[in-house]
Amino acid sequence: MLQVAITNYIALSATIFFIGVAGVLLRRNPLIMLMSIELMWNAANLLFLAFSRMWGNNAGHIFAFLVITVAAAEAAIGLAIVVIVFRNAKNVDVDEVAGLRG
Amino acid sequence: MIGFLFLAVVLIASAVWVVTAKKPVYSVVGLLAHFAALAAMYISLSAEFLGVVQIIVYSGAILVLFVFVIALLSSGVDPFSVGPNRLPKAAVPAGLLVLGSLALTAYGVFHATAAAAPLRPGGPGGRAGDANAFGSVADFGKALFTVHLLPFEITALVLMVAVIGVILLAGEKPPSAGTAERAAKVRREMREAIVRAGDE
Repeated sequence: MLQVAITNYIALSATIFFIGVAGVLLRRNPLIMLMSIELMWNAANLLFLAFSRMWGNNAGHIFAFLVITVAAAEAAIGLAIVVIVFRNAKNVDVDEVAGLRG
Repeated sequence: MIGFLFLAVVLIASAVWVVTAKKPVYSVVGLLAHFAALAAMYISLSAEFLGVVQIIVYSGAILVLFVFVIALLSSGVDPFSVGPNRLPKAAVPAGLLVLGSLALTAYGVFHATAAAAPLRPGGPGGRAGDANAFGSVADFGKALFTVHLLPFEITALVLMVAVIGVILLAGEKPPSAGTAERAAKVRREMREAIVRAGDE
């Protein structure tokens, strides 16, 4: 794969990111919303690696590594929250979860 | 370029599949394809270590976590396995917002003048596949443990916070509840024993 212009990577990353945004906005299933958030993390990571390759600087690799770690932590905590909400309410529609409403 | 286009098509198609699938399990399958294609793209960007990490951490750990939660929650419960699939009333405005943001980004991308240089083949540090080439495991490890040690330590902290948070959130009871209960039981038994001794 030679000579792919950086604009292609930016366009691809933006497309995937906004597909993820659409998933968070449109779906009401918390699991699919979490997966859409994973899509957004990964779009950001792809751009980190593309720019890192372009400038020949591997700081982007380190940052992508950090992002993967944070995404893993986020997925674990998010899924734990989903399990708790489901255990208490038997309900997985995020619109119906209003237990903290003041 | 052909490889890039192929991977891009796979990435976008699987992302759309993740968002539009009816059941969460199908979304997980789409996400698996997405992560596999993304790992291939990372390796083509001479980020070998991160391509492997992508497979191990995402496909191996996070997706398995998703599958476990789906299996746990959907066992015999109809509303979950069917899943709330309706779109909210805001579907059209939300879609317009997303499309608008995407169009703005595309406009910015194609009118950008800086940083539009093509990627160099083989990478700066030598041929791809060399032990010390840019993005190889040795290169990444050296950077991680020397120049960028602080992010590495932050990674450890983030993981520890996540572990403690999940234990506190998902545990049946707070960790101290067991001891408190046991102490109450012991106190009750002692009181009863005292009462019995007084009766005799």
